[in-house]
Amino acid sequence: MGRIISADRVNTRLLKSLIPASVIPENSVVTAVSWLCTNKSSGSIQLLFLRWLITVFDFIDRKEQVNALYGFFFSFLQDEKLCPYVCHVLYLLTRKENVKPFRVRRLLDLQAKMGMQPHLQALLSLYKLFCPELVTITLPTKTKTYFKSSEGPWKAAMNAVRQRNQGSTPLTQAVFLGTAQPQSRKRKWNTQLVLPASSARNSEVGTEKYSDLFSTDETFPVEQLQTFPQLLQNIHRLEFPSQMGSVLTNPLLLHYMNCVRDESIYLRLYYWMGQMLQEECTWCVVDNTNETEFKSFLETIYKAECFLQEGFPACEEFLYKSLPLWDGSSCRPEILKLVSWIPLSSSPEIKSYVYGPLAQLFFTSSLYFKCSVLESLKELLENWLNCNVIDMDPEFHSLNTTLSGLVTVVADLIHFVGRLSTVGLRLEKNSTLLLFFILDFYETVCDMYLKYNLPLLILPPAGVFYPALLSMDSVTLNQLCYIMYRYRTNLVAAKENEESKKICPEDTTLNFKLIKGKRWDWYLEYLYAQGLEGLKVFIESSINRVSQASLRKAENVEA
Amino acid sequence: MAAMAVESAEDGAARTLPSLGRLSRGLPFGRAYGRLGNSPSGRLILPAPLSQESGDPQRTALLLRKAWTLYSVTPLYRFCRGRLRDYARLLGAFIAAERQKGLAVEVGVELDIKVALSSLPELQGSEQDQPAVLVQLSSRSRASPKNSEDKILWSGCFCCVYGDDLSENMPEDFTCLPLFLANGAESYMSVVGNWFQKTFDCIFRRLAISPFSLTWMVAMWTGCKVDKATSGVELVFSVPRLPQPLDISYAIHPEDAKALWDTIQKTPGEITQEEVDVFMDCLYSHFHRHFKIHLSATKLVKVSTAIASAHCDGIVKMLHSQYLSGVLMLLTELAISQIQ
Repeated sequence: MGRIISADRVNTRLLKSLIPASVIPENSVVTAVSWLCTNKSSGSIQLLFLRWLITVFDFIDRKEQVNALYGFFFSFLQDEKLCPYVCHVLYLLTRKENVKPFRVRRLLDLQAKMGMQPHLQALLSLYKLFCPELVTITLPTKTKTYFKSSEGPWKAAMNAVRQRNQGSTPLTQAVFLGTAQPQSRKRKWNTQLVLPASSARNSEVGTEKYSDLFSTDETFPVEQLQTFPQLLQNIHRLEFPSQMGSVLTNPLLLHYMNCVRDESIYLRLYYWMGQMLQEECTWCVVDNTNETEFKSFLETIYKAECFLQEGFPACEEFLYKSLPLWDGSSCRPEILKLVSWIPLSSSPEIKSYVYGPLAQLFFTSSLYFKCSVLESLKELLENWLNCNVIDMDPEFHSLNTTLSGLVTVVADLIHFVGRLSTVGLRLEKNSTLLLFFILDFYETVCDMYLKYNLPLLILPPAGVFYPALLSMDSVTLNQLCYIMYRYRTNLVAAKENEESKKICPEDTTLNFKLIKGKRWDWYLEYLYAQGLEGLKVFIESSINRVSQASLRKAENVEA
Repeated sequence: MAAMAVESAEDGAARTLPSLGRLSRGLPFGRAYGRLGNSPSGRLILPAPLSQESGDPQRTALLLRKAWTLYSVTPLYRFCRGRLRDYARLLGAFIAAERQKGLAVEVGVELDIKVALSSLPELQGSEQDQPAVLVQLSSRSRASPKNSEDKILWSGCFCCVYGDDLSENMPEDFTCLPLFLANGAESYMSVVGNWFQKTFDCIFRRLAISPFSLTWMVAMWTGCKVDKATSGVELVFSVPRLPQPLDISYAIHPEDAKALWDTIQKTPGEITQEEVDVFMDCLYSHFHRHFKIHLSATKLVKVSTAIASAHCDGIVKMLHSQYLSGVLMLLTELAISQIQ
C-alpha cells in the first residue's frame, strides 16, 4: 500500500512538470494513452493526465494518431469520475467521421443514467452539429460554458516559459513548477540604494539659525541642475540635496562636492554610505541574496571615487570589516576595484584587515583571481604614489605626512606583493599570465623616483626575478629588461640629483647624496650581495657595451 | 578579534558587522567603563538604579510594558528642537499625502491622523546626551463624539542614554539620538521613518540582538534587586533546522536565579565576561542533567526577567521603571555599534 502511495506522488509531480516549451510530439501522447489503458495507475493519476492533455492539446503537433485512439478515449466514459474530462477530450478530438450511431446511443444511455450533464450535452451538441440526422433529441442551442476550466497548475508555468522564451525577466524554479511564491524581493523602505536628488526642505519655515550669507538669494533647486554651465552660474546659491546619498549618481553634484569644504556633507555621506554598505552586503547578512543591486551599488561608489580621485572613508571601513569574511567570489571585480581606492594611511589596520584576508584568498584561488588581486594592488600603489605627487591639503590626510611615513607604508605594500608573487609563481608554475601582472606591478615600482618623486628603490625578489629571466617567453623577458633599465635610470638620476633625502631605517631606502665615487661602488657591491648575480652580469656587460659603443663612435667621429 | 568576526558570520541573527573599535575587545558592552569605572576590557560597570529623579515619572511610564521594535538611527542633520511643532505639522501633511497615494495603512474607517512631537528630558544619561524625542500618531474617528480621547495608533521614541562615544566629536549641526523604539503597525513606521530620512538625512536600520548580547542582558538583569519579583527568569531557545522546528522554554524561579548570580558575581556593580559564562554554564548544565539536551548548542532567541525582556529580532519590553535607564543604556550601546 505504501508503495502505491509514493508512486502516485512521484507520478503527480512528474505530470505537473510536463511543461511544453514548443510542441508535444504526437507519439508521446500515444504512448501515454497506451499506458493509461493498462489501468495500472490510480484514478487520480488518470484524471491528472486527462487534465494535462486538455491543457496542452493545442501544443500537440499532429493529431492523426491521437485521433485514431478515439475509441479508447470513448471507452473511458464509463468511469464516472473521469467522465467530464473524457468528454472534454472527445469534444476537442471529434471529427465528422468519429460520429457513429453506437456512440450516440452510448451517450444517450449515459444521459439517461446520470441526467443531463453539461459535458454530455456538449458532446451531443457537437455530434448533432456534425450529423444532425443521428442525434434527434432536442438540445438547448444556447451554448454556455460546457466544461470547467481545467488548466490546473500548468497554465502559469506555461505562461512563464513563453515569457522567458520571448526574453523577458527570468523566473525562478518555483514559479516554473507553479508551487511557490515568486522570489521578488521587496525593497525595504529604509534602504534605497539609488536616491533622487531633492532640495532640502528646511528652508520652508524660517530657519534663522542656518541662514546663509546669501540668504537674500533664493537657493537654486537642485532638481533643476542639469548642465555644467548651470552649475557654474549658480554655484554661489546651490545647496546640497536633503539626502547626501543622491550625489553618487550625479556628476555635477560631485563636482560641487569637490569645491565645498563643509565637514557636514562628508559626515552625512559617510553615515549614509556606511549604513547602506553594511545593510546590503550580500555575504555578511544572511538573507541578502540579491547580488545584482549590491554589485551596481559598489560600482557606483567606485565610479564616484574615480571621479573625485579619492576613496570614501565609509567604503574603507566597510572593506576592513567585510574582507575578513569575504568568500572571494561575491562581487569580486567590484570589491577588488574598491580596494585600489583605500586611502594611504599609516594605521596598522590595512595589514590585518586587507593584506591578511587577501593573502589567504590569493593562495587558495584560481590563477585569474591571483591576477585580479595583483592588478588591484598595482592600482592601489599608483593611487598612493599620486597622493604624494599632488599636494594634498594636510587636514584631509590621516597620514602623518612625513616622507618616512609615506615610504614605510609604500614599502610594506611592495614587500607584501613580493611575497605574494613569489609564492604565487610557485603555485602556478611560473605561469606567463601571472608573470605579466607581477612585472606590471614592478614597472610601477621601478619608476617611483622619476615618475612619483619618491626616493625608494625596491628590487623584485629573487623568486620573481629569476623565473622572469629564465622564462621562455619573449614578452616576459622584454618586460624584465625594460624594468631593469628603468631601475638603472632611476638610480643614476637619483645619484645626480642634489636634493637631500632622509635615510630610512630599512636598508632599502637610500640617501643618494652620500653615494658618490667609491661609495657608489660599495653600493653596487651591496646590490650584488643581495644575491642578484644575474644583475651583476647584466650591468657589467651593458656598461662594457656602452663604453665600447661610445669608443667606436668617437673613433668614427675622429675618422 | 577573530571571535567577534566569527560570531557574526555564523550567527544568523547578528546582522551587524563588528565595529572596528571593538574588534580587539570582543565584548558587546563595556564602553561604559570609560566613564563610570576604570577597569580594563572585559568588565561592565552598571549605573546605579534611578532614584526619584527630576521629571515626571508618569511620562516615562509610557515606555513600560509595551513591545518596542528597535532601530538604530544615524545622527540627524539640522534637527532643531525648537521646531517640534512645525515638524509635527509637516509630518502630518506627509502622512496625508502618502495615504492619498494609497501607501498607508488601515482600510475601512476614515481616520484623521494627528501627529505630536515632544521632548522627553527624563530619558537622558549623561550631560552630553540629547533629550529624547517622542513621536505619537493618534487618531480620532470622525464618527466618535468630539470630546472622546484620541486613540494612539503608533508611537516612536528617539533616545540616547550615555551615548558619549557617538556624540563626542560630533559637529553642531548633528543631533545624536541613535536608538529608536517603535510601537505600532509597520506601515506607520515606514511612513514616519521615510519622512525623517528625507528631512534629516539619517538612516534607520533594524537592530538585532545577538545571543551573545542576550546572555549579557540576562546576567545583568538577574542581578538587579527588585522589591518583589513578579516573574521569573525565562530563556527561550530555538533549534531551527529540524523537520519541525523546536522551541525550548527554560523558566527559573526568580529567587533561585538571583541566588545563583549572587554566588557568581564577585564585585557588586561590576560584571565580567567570565562571570556571564559561568552563569550560563550553570544553567545549561542543570538543564542537561534533567533533560540530556545541550542548550549551548541551540540558539538563544529570547530572555525575560522581571526587569525587561528581549528578543533576538530586536524587540524589547521594559517592565521596571527603576532600571529603565540601565536597559536603555545597553540598547543605546548596541545601536551605536551598528552605526559606527
